[in-house]
Amino acid sequence: MALFRPLEPVSQRARIVLGIAFFIVFFAVWAVATLGGYVSKTFLADPITMVKDGWILLTKFGFAHDIGMTVWRVLGGFVLAAIIGVPIGILMGAYKPIEAFLEPFVSFARYLPASAFVPLLILWAGIGETQKLLVIFIGSFFQIILMVAVSVSNTRRDLVEAAYTLGSTSAGVVRRVLIPANAPDIAEILRLVLGWAWTYVIVAELIGSSSGIGHMIIESQALLATGQIIFGIIVIGVIGLISDLFFKFVNRHFFAWRLS
Amino acid sequence: MTMDAILRIEQVSRIFPSVSKRPPVRALEPTDLTIARNDFITILGPSGCGKSTLLRIVAGLDTPTNGRVVLDGRAITGPGPDRGMVFQSYTLFPWLNVADNIAFGLRERGVSEAIIRETVAEYVAKVGLRGFENHLPKQLSGGMQQRTAIARALANNPEILLLDEPFGALDNQTRGLMQELLLGIWERERKTVIFVTHDIEEAIFMASRVIVMTARPGRIKADIAVDLPHPRHYTVKTSPEFSALKARLTEEIRAEAVLAAEAH
Repeated sequence: MALFRPLEPVSQRARIVLGIAFFIVFFAVWAVATLGGYVSKTFLADPITMVKDGWILLTKFGFAHDIGMTVWRVLGGFVLAAIIGVPIGILMGAYKPIEAFLEPFVSFARYLPASAFVPLLILWAGIGETQKLLVIFIGSFFQIILMVAVSVSNTRRDLVEAAYTLGSTSAGVVRRVLIPANAPDIAEILRLVLGWAWTYVIVAELIGSSSGIGHMIIESQALLATGQIIFGIIVIGVIGLISDLFFKFVNRHFFAWRLS
Repeated sequence: MTMDAILRIEQVSRIFPSVSKRPPVRALEPTDLTIARNDFITILGPSGCGKSTLLRIVAGLDTPTNGRVVLDGRAITGPGPDRGMVFQSYTLFPWLNVADNIAFGLRERGVSEAIIRETVAEYVAKVGLRGFENHLPKQLSGGMQQRTAIARALANNPEILLLDEPFGALDNQTRGLMQELLLGIWERERKTVIFVTHDIEEAIFMASRVIVMTARPGRIKADIAVDLPHPRHYTVKTSPEFSALKARLTEEIRAEAVLAAEAH
């Protein structure tokens, strides 16, 4: 069948239809498993209960505020990490002495699990917003630095040489070759790291928090409200999807030169 | 010999240091070469003869192991806008359109936008890319990309133009047209040009002087003047004088290619 030849492209319409189809399959399997009585309600709520619970959460328990808090924590910590991390990454990729100085430490720090810092950060910064932002920051910062540095290091050497023969200074090469050449990759790195930041924020909220999606999830666990837990998880997924679409739009809009 | 020399290559050699226990590579034996102002020089040789290495040393992108290169009385220490370069690989900045690529060097030097606009329009016309100013490199054919690269190098008004097999990746027909285009620009502007190639016909057609290099170790084997009249038309390639030169250079190169093949 022509449809299943390796690397054979698929039309835009078919792509959308197939993408939506899997969501339908997923919900159908879930509905059959729960509503059909194959899985105990105590452990897994059915889709209808999930939607009902979600509605109650939003209308009676002010869940919108929790969502807002979580989004703000992720964005706050992530934006802070990006603002500081991207320039350091660019400098590290561009200037080898800076790379030699920072790379070993950053490579080490990158493997420090952000979630393991939660207890320590509670000791240092309490259970307020600072602590939440710091967890996201620690989780994102070193990853961003290292990935941006690798991307900048891999800039096409001949473009840099061309710039030099056109009279660029070192600073000019960084500003007018390394940064624009790697801007699409940096956007892609930020998209990836933002995804990881979402997992850190939930972990931070599971422990010592009085608001946020993660807080709601841990409260629901005590009440065996699996519908609410699943609703919270799905909300995170939807927000992730929206941020992904945003980054894709930015890429298509600003980095058209890169698309084939 | 009295000539108005613009560039002197003095005892320049390049040895690439040994990598992982392999012996060091003598890419270029000590080489002397003096290039006259407004001359069009082609450096001809088989691959691995150090011709690109020599050009990169002149550009300041590589450092000689010994010797030095002097441009207009100043020893070269690194790359600069006084030596424009066109590479074999397509090196247009992919995020800039044709006009902004050509303007790149001018912007780096802080030239006013009015002059930039004027200069870009002038060179767009010279390389025949009118109407393509807003195209991105990925929308251009290989020949158009190299024309833009030539315009980008020339717009910077370098003292000397260096070309490293600029048409090597193009098909035969496009290559012929590009040769005529570049030669036409040179005939009008008489900029000093060093053009590296492994194509014998190309070397003769373009040059007023062909430098033949040998492989392993790389050194200059012959220095041959090409006295074909200007302006040159592509039909010159079928003239008896051209054929005689071609036969002679083919012989020079062939001996080298045989030696290089035996060394493998």
